[in-house]
Amino acid sequence: MEPGEIHALLGENGAGKSTLMNVLYGLLQPDEGEILVDGRPLRVRGPGDAIAAGIGMVHQHFMLVPVFTVAENVMLGAEQVRGGILGLLDRRRARRRVVEVSSRYNLQVDPDAVVEDLPVGVQQRVEIVKALTRDVELLILDEPTAVLTPQETEELLAVMRALREAGKSIVFITHKLKEVKAIADRITVIRRGRVVGTARPDASEDELAALMVGRTVSLLVDKAPARPGAAVLEIEGLVVDDDRTCRAVDGVDLTVRAGEVLGIAGVQGNGQTELVEALMGLRPIVSGTVRLAGERIDGWPTRRVLRAGVGYVPEDRSVDGLVKEFSVAENLVLDMYDQPPFGNGLVLRPDAIVASARQRIPEFDIRTPSAEAAVGTLSGGNQQKVIIAREMSRPLKLFVAAQPTRGVDVGSIEFIHRRIVRERDAGTAVLLVSSELDEVIGLADRIAVMYRGRILGIVDPQTPREEIGLLMAGVTGAESGSGETAATRPTESGTAPSAGTTTVDESGNEESR
Amino acid sequence: MSTVTVDDVAVAVRPGFWTRERRVGAGAVLLGVVAAALFGSLATGADARFTFSEDAGGASVAVNGTLGAVLFGLVAAAAGAALLAGLRARWFIPLLGVAVVGVVLSFLCWQVSAAPAGQNFMPLVNIVRGTFILALPLIFGALAGVLCERSGVVNVAIEGQLLMGAFCGALVGTMTANAWVGLVAAALGGALISLLLAVFTIRYLVDQVVMGIVLNLFALGLTGFLYERLMQPEAARYNQPPRFEAWPIPLLSDLPLLGPALFSGNIFLYLALVLVVVIHVALFRTRWGLRTRSVGEHPTAADTLGVKVLALRYRNVLLAGMVAGVGGASYTLALYTFTKNMIGGKGFIALAALIFGRWSPTGALLAALFFGFADQLATYLSAINSNIPSEFLAMLPYLATLLAVAGLVGKVRAPAADGKPYVKG
Repeated sequence: MEPGEIHALLGENGAGKSTLMNVLYGLLQPDEGEILVDGRPLRVRGPGDAIAAGIGMVHQHFMLVPVFTVAENVMLGAEQVRGGILGLLDRRRARRRVVEVSSRYNLQVDPDAVVEDLPVGVQQRVEIVKALTRDVELLILDEPTAVLTPQETEELLAVMRALREAGKSIVFITHKLKEVKAIADRITVIRRGRVVGTARPDASEDELAALMVGRTVSLLVDKAPARPGAAVLEIEGLVVDDDRTCRAVDGVDLTVRAGEVLGIAGVQGNGQTELVEALMGLRPIVSGTVRLAGERIDGWPTRRVLRAGVGYVPEDRSVDGLVKEFSVAENLVLDMYDQPPFGNGLVLRPDAIVASARQRIPEFDIRTPSAEAAVGTLSGGNQQKVIIAREMSRPLKLFVAAQPTRGVDVGSIEFIHRRIVRERDAGTAVLLVSSELDEVIGLADRIAVMYRGRILGIVDPQTPREEIGLLMAGVTGAESGSGETAATRPTESGTAPSAGTTTVDESGNEESR
Repeated sequence: MSTVTVDDVAVAVRPGFWTRERRVGAGAVLLGVVAAALFGSLATGADARFTFSEDAGGASVAVNGTLGAVLFGLVAAAAGAALLAGLRARWFIPLLGVAVVGVVLSFLCWQVSAAPAGQNFMPLVNIVRGTFILALPLIFGALAGVLCERSGVVNVAIEGQLLMGAFCGALVGTMTANAWVGLVAAALGGALISLLLAVFTIRYLVDQVVMGIVLNLFALGLTGFLYERLMQPEAARYNQPPRFEAWPIPLLSDLPLLGPALFSGNIFLYLALVLVVVIHVALFRTRWGLRTRSVGEHPTAADTLGVKVLALRYRNVLLAGMVAGVGGASYTLALYTFTKNMIGGKGFIALAALIFGRWSPTGALLAALFFGFADQLATYLSAINSNIPSEFLAMLPYLATLLAVAGLVGKVRAPAADGKPYVKG
């Protein structure tokens, strides 16, 4: 690292980027090897040593105490105190320090705001301010853009440039190629815990991706134009509350037709989770109706929804999708364990369960030592494939996939995308929820943008990214280029635009990105 | 492209009519009206007298029983109606307080006026003093809970810490014939239970609740055994603890009502009140407090800023044990000799006070006083031969805690990392 440099650390999930940086920050101890700072070896026994050496880190999961104010979070660990051994906090000085640092780097934060009330982008600013007040020379940003809207990402990149001007070094960990190319001075690619190469920012995205994965991958999803049929899923005026009984879904109308993929784009936490859970009968519906192939399914228990022909990939597989301690074979029949041939409601038939698993493991390319191995021992991508295999083994009318490729390696992403497209081509309606805009653009035939519990508009996948990004930030265009892409008011966004977008799909299916 | 920001897509918070304030208000109206009708009809026309002394003499406030019962019931109902009318949220706690006090007074008017002739008076000095004395172990216990749980260690072992403190205080105090040495020993006794709790839960990651229960049984078994084998046979040598005498505070003890009730107590009473203030200030105004709270809310964040999470938890758990140990000594070094299982569940009520008081020292104090009052009321009512079984009043603390946890007094939120062991990496 050199002073005033932005060094991107690029690698797939699980490649070892975060582990490396946690070692540098003293959260983990190295088994062997050493760290050099200004030519001298540095022994980092804990975060205290790292801070003393001028290293600061913004973690992927923010290290902020939610019930504290911004100032309290910033001063924690480096408190200014009065009164000798009494150690009374000097809040006034802490507040001044926050204001001073945040105005110097143009990071507006209110020192007295309580962190849990702040939007994610501002929380991230607090993290950066926290590091800067400790006079860091090297700032590590671990996947900082994962939770941001495109606009917030732009702001973050601007902050990073300002820091570079001020002579700070930044390690920027990410797996998003675009951002790397936009800002990095130097790029190091890591794969399976090893440095596999360095690149200049002018290298092409394909080159970088090949370095990351170790082979060339297609970043685009090959798919034929959709041939939408009858409406399968009809949602009307759906209203759902979140766990704190705040409105999470606020009057959503959506229709998904057979043989099409409807993608829901949006920054995480805008009601997507609650929408999907409500569809699946996992969360009570306040008002509105949900129809599956004409039949009302709102208020049905989850099992009945599943058996009516709905496949479901939950967004957090380790919590909702799998029983980690169970074997691959058992996880593959979690939906059908009481049905022949796997069982009859009283006893299980282990032979049939294992036999079926042996068949599905190669079919879905699940890399596991055996059908009896515990699912928890598999990699994220293979765990996800177990879920996909299970959910696609029933006759389906509707496939609901929430964040189907989160925390999944590039190879498995390709596979999962191909299976989703194949399911669509077989005439299943697919509802895809993803916070990765690229994934939505690549897979969906129509894109619904969700913001604060409402569908702000339904657009065509060829819509420019910037326009979708604005919608994701809650900004609707008063006028725009083409009729189909005009963001519509929530009330009219239900079924009307679907006919329009279908025709566009057929005329131009080339992915323009 | 011209753009407009959509402001009307704000997060929609359910506006509905039946807010928590209104629901509680409706409950208070109902309760107040029932109190007025029921207590009013049961009360006799005799005067209910509330005297500012320890007996029937001295200054007093007298009110006609029926009139008082009806009147105070209606006051409670009025407070409820004010809530129902939709006053601002900051009036919620005061109005809820008025409603509760109203119902209690209505009830007392009935009970006191219906007492046998010559007994229809309530000596307020006794009531207030008794409330504080009965609340003492609860205050110490709940403060021990605050210290522990604010740093993320659940302290179910308060009962054991109190018991061990009481035992060690009695034993060492008797053997050295010095109450101060006994007090130190009591603190160390409580800390011993804490040390076990800390080592097993922080270092060996044993479930904190399970460990707490085990330690309570351990303390009960150990002190019970030593009591039977040591203290009972030779009580003069081992179980005649010296006592801290009452220490009237000059001037303040001359105040009417509060003087004899509050400022003529012993060292434990003053210590408890001072500790509440000290811990409150320390928790919210000092570096130690900020770090303690951060470790209880988000230990990983604290760790990344160089706070020593485990060391801080050890220290707080040990401190908690010392506070609870002193609380146990408030029995044996002021009131009674040691007996088997003499804490008798007070540690668990302290835990309830901690939750009722929302993990804050002052909240814990108020909750402990409320529970102490319920206890004192039960004693008083049996003294005037009331027809209310004292068991009903004994249920009151638990009922109140249930209501508190159900959200009556606002969001009850434990420290986020309470009960979760911290493992690096």
